[in-house]
Amino acid sequence: METIISIKPLLAVLVSLLVIPMLVSSSGKPNVRESWTFMAGIIKFLLVVSMLPVILSGKQIALTLFKIAPGADIAFRVDALGMLFALVASSLYIITSMYSIGYMRGLNEHGQTRFVSFFALAISATIGAAFSANLLTLYLFYEILSLATYPLVTHHQDANSRISGRKYLIFILGTSIGLVLPAMIYCYHATGTLEFAGGGIFSGQLSKPSATVLLLMFVFGFAKAGIMPVHSWLPAAMVAPTPVSALLHAVAVVKVGAFSIVRVITGIFGVDFLLSFHLGAVVAAIASVTILVSSCIALTQDEFKRRLAYSTIGQLSYIILGVALLSPKGMTGGILHIAMHAFGKITLFFCAGAIFVATGKKYISQMVGIGKRMPLTMIAFLIGAMSIIGLPPTGGFISKWYLVLGTLEGDQMIMLFVLLSSSLLNAAYFMPIFYKAFFCTKEESMFEDKIEEAPMMCVVPLLITALISFALFFFPQPFLDLAQLAVKGFIGG
Amino acid sequence: MENYPALIVVAPFVTGLLAGLFVWIEKRLSYPIVLAGLFISSFSAVQVLIRVMESGPIQYKMGGWSPPIGIEYRIDLLNAMVLCLVSGIAFLNLIASYRSAEKEIGDRVSSYYTVYNLFLTGLLGVTITGDLFNLYVLIEITSLTSYAQVAMGDRDRGPLASLNYIFIGVIGASFYLLGVGYLYMYTGSLNMADVAVLIKGSQGSSTVLVAFILCILGIWIKMALFPFHVWLPNAYTYSPVIFARVVAPLMTKVMVYIMLRLMITVFGYDYIFNTLNLSDAVVWLATIAVLAGGVMALAQKNLKKMLTYIIVSEIGYMVGGAWMGNQLGMTGAILHILNDALMTFALFLAVGNMVYRIDRVDITDLKGLFGKMPWTMAGFVLAAFSIVGVPPTCGFFSKWYLILGAMEKGAYHFAAALIISSLICAVLFFKVFEICFFESGSHGHDHSSHGPVAIEEAPVSMLIISGLVSLSLIVAGFYSGAIVNTIILPFLK
Amino acid sequence: MSDVLSLIIAKYNYWLYVILMMIGLYGMIAKNNLIKKVVGMNIFQTAIILFYVSIGYKTNAGIPIITTADTAHGVVVKAADYINPLTSCLMLTAIVVSVATFGYAMALAVRIYQRYQTLEEDELRMRLSEE
Repeated sequence: METIISIKPLLAVLVSLLVIPMLVSSSGKPNVRESWTFMAGIIKFLLVVSMLPVILSGKQIALTLFKIAPGADIAFRVDALGMLFALVASSLYIITSMYSIGYMRGLNEHGQTRFVSFFALAISATIGAAFSANLLTLYLFYEILSLATYPLVTHHQDANSRISGRKYLIFILGTSIGLVLPAMIYCYHATGTLEFAGGGIFSGQLSKPSATVLLLMFVFGFAKAGIMPVHSWLPAAMVAPTPVSALLHAVAVVKVGAFSIVRVITGIFGVDFLLSFHLGAVVAAIASVTILVSSCIALTQDEFKRRLAYSTIGQLSYIILGVALLSPKGMTGGILHIAMHAFGKITLFFCAGAIFVATGKKYISQMVGIGKRMPLTMIAFLIGAMSIIGLPPTGGFISKWYLVLGTLEGDQMIMLFVLLSSSLLNAAYFMPIFYKAFFCTKEESMFEDKIEEAPMMCVVPLLITALISFALFFFPQPFLDLAQLAVKGFIGG
Repeated sequence: MENYPALIVVAPFVTGLLAGLFVWIEKRLSYPIVLAGLFISSFSAVQVLIRVMESGPIQYKMGGWSPPIGIEYRIDLLNAMVLCLVSGIAFLNLIASYRSAEKEIGDRVSSYYTVYNLFLTGLLGVTITGDLFNLYVLIEITSLTSYAQVAMGDRDRGPLASLNYIFIGVIGASFYLLGVGYLYMYTGSLNMADVAVLIKGSQGSSTVLVAFILCILGIWIKMALFPFHVWLPNAYTYSPVIFARVVAPLMTKVMVYIMLRLMITVFGYDYIFNTLNLSDAVVWLATIAVLAGGVMALAQKNLKKMLTYIIVSEIGYMVGGAWMGNQLGMTGAILHILNDALMTFALFLAVGNMVYRIDRVDITDLKGLFGKMPWTMAGFVLAAFSIVGVPPTCGFFSKWYLILGAMEKGAYHFAAALIISSLICAVLFFKVFEICFFESGSHGHDHSSHGPVAIEEAPVSMLIISGLVSLSLIVAGFYSGAIVNTIILPFLK
Repeated sequence: MSDVLSLIIAKYNYWLYVILMMIGLYGMIAKNNLIKKVVGMNIFQTAIILFYVSIGYKTNAGIPIITTADTAHGVVVKAADYINPLTSCLMLTAIVVSVATFGYAMALAVRIYQRYQTLEEDELRMRLSEE
């Protein structure tokens, strides 16, 4: 495979890092500060997009920054999988920045400069993780992301966020130091390299038991992916302001977790290796349990954002499940789901935030009749929810379609059953919200019959993401092509 | 210039004495004099390092007497690196002390500078000398001056802490001296290189064995390896912070250096790891030290004292790595001398800034410090992450080598101890961060009154040093590969 | 038994220094009074000085001063005729160190007494925990 040396991946990572001093220095002038954020976001997005044609043509972009040890450098390599993730994260960053202006100013939050600065740091780390060439670099950005999101999660600085912050750290940092770090060093000890390779890095150094242990250490160690039982940080982290929940806990942070697991499965262990030991089924089983249990828990949640959080946990496991199927279609579906779920779920979070800004309501039971007050928001909600459920005409349908095909391809009927029943559960926890929002009698309605949406800066972003979710059904090409290209690299390579 | 090696030691010595004289003439001049002395010293150290890197080890005959009769300075890559470290940290600390020294120790400040420079003369001499007895004398100079500086701190507890420090220090130094006596009995020489040649082949000699045990035991007591650590926490906690900032990073690290020097140059790998086969026992001891230091740190209520227990834990890292008996472990230990010195220095610089503003640093005194001293806290956070071992700070990379070394030897208990110690440190520091972040000093919990907290930072000179050193942690992290390849590996070959 | 005895007698200097060292160590660890501890420390250091001096000693040897008269007549200087001066020289330095340490420890003890009106360690510990 042809590799091009370019500084672009570094720039894409650095641009939002370098803008932080500007953000801090313009803390007294919100408008100036926000324009810096946008400028950085747009430059980052353009940098990512400028690399897209190269990747689509089947080449890779690489850059080695620092040589640490043979086989474990600080290095970037942009391939199709990383490109897909970076594209999602960098595009949604711009939209979320717009949204957070509306949200934070609408609620008159304190510490906005701190907020945008750490947001920029977090997104920088996300892109870094997407472009990592080896496990060491990935781990580096993974940890930076964990720490950069801590002040975002605990933004309110009250007793509640303190407890949540603690939970967040224990789960995220505890697993990454306690499980991923030793597993990673063991890999390096056994093979002398951590470079992601198409067919994995192991060649007979591992017995089946130790491979199983190692794999599980990675799967549970990347706790950001929310595999049960290391999921409970995610509902707790919902105390954060909604833009954080939206971008980080629906897109960046959790997807970095899932992305890392995908990377480890495909780049460290390798598809053939896992197939030879039948280890895909182990991961798939864990993921299926997570999918079903989390969907059931989601049904019982009354707080809107917590329901979304449990939904996220389930959807993340779709990605893991898809890749763990180890069949081309299933892997395509799983990888594609990174993108499709992102656009759908961020829409839902935006809706939750918009409702909170406009009405102060957090609980689903208080939202009866809200459709008449905020129709645009709730229509966007419907599209987002459909995408998550996997109904046409939304992007979510396509990834689920591939996932289902993947199970058929591998002849795994149990997984097929899991997917279908989960879709039903998804519908069961989303549709009542929408139904009660519009179809209620005047007496039941908790809102005056008057249209009063959230601030424009809140509504526009959620409409954009809803539209994209819708459009992805008809034009899934960039993501679908990237996913297929990535899978070709993993299986063919 | 030929005389750089001598200048490293002589410059701080002469300027220290001069500054002592100026106490009676013109007090204000003593500061610039010692500063100049340390500048010359660190400049010479860098020059020496460059020359050693270019053209191999330097032998310098003190006073023109050739070894083994005269005292010889022998500088290879290892002690050239440690020399740069010691003189550099001492120089930077002196700059940072300019504003805080007077506040802390009042009118005794000029005599303090004399003692300070004599202390560094000792440390630098210990590092540079190639003579076993000369080493003893310099250790004692270092110790005597540090006893004096410890006693200058807390008026109530300083003297007692200092006295206990003396008792243990004397035992340690005497054991070492006794060991040297046995070596002298056996070889009739005190020159390290000479002794090494003479004891080669005398593996069975009980005299050499006794000498070895006494020397190493003495140095362990001096470096506060658990369970010989009892003197350290009190001595460092109750000493003035301007001194704690330099003694905490340097003293123990220089002692570790002596241990390495004895192991590598005098007794030799072969004797230690093949004839005596002590590796397993000592690695276990180090494992216990790592864990015990961490656990004891958890129990502390005073920030300074907590940090001193972390030092005890870090000693375990280096001892464990050095006694691993393989190249990776030794690489980790040497790299950790550098990294640990830097990160402890950064931590104590931050603590120095806090002490400057809030006097007492019980953990509960730190409320609202993120608002009050944002820059200091930024430095503190970075240093803390380095101790925890978050990439890309340098603490991660030395831990990386240490764990790899442990895995190669099969000492999984040591690897596990390092991981657990990371987790303990994470708990420790986030306990501090939580108090600094969540509990505002004066505001209470009222949300609406989150106005900008009045910033009361330490003086700029202290902030700049603190910031520089904290940033150097990241730089050292990225260039750890380069450090290993240009300094440590060539040295070990 | 007589073997052990002869071993002890033949190397009595080592046994002496070990005994002295242990006395010193005992004083430093077991005594409650700070001054006694300091004295113990001094005994400990002295023991090592004795050890050094004794290893430089040779039976039937004189002080290591070579007079010019001897060399002038072409007499060969035999090392066995002189005790080893080096160990004694080294100990001059060690004595200086030990005196300095001793003096400094005493000064600290005075400071502690001024502050707490006691030198007994248990009382000091009590006072410290009260504060």
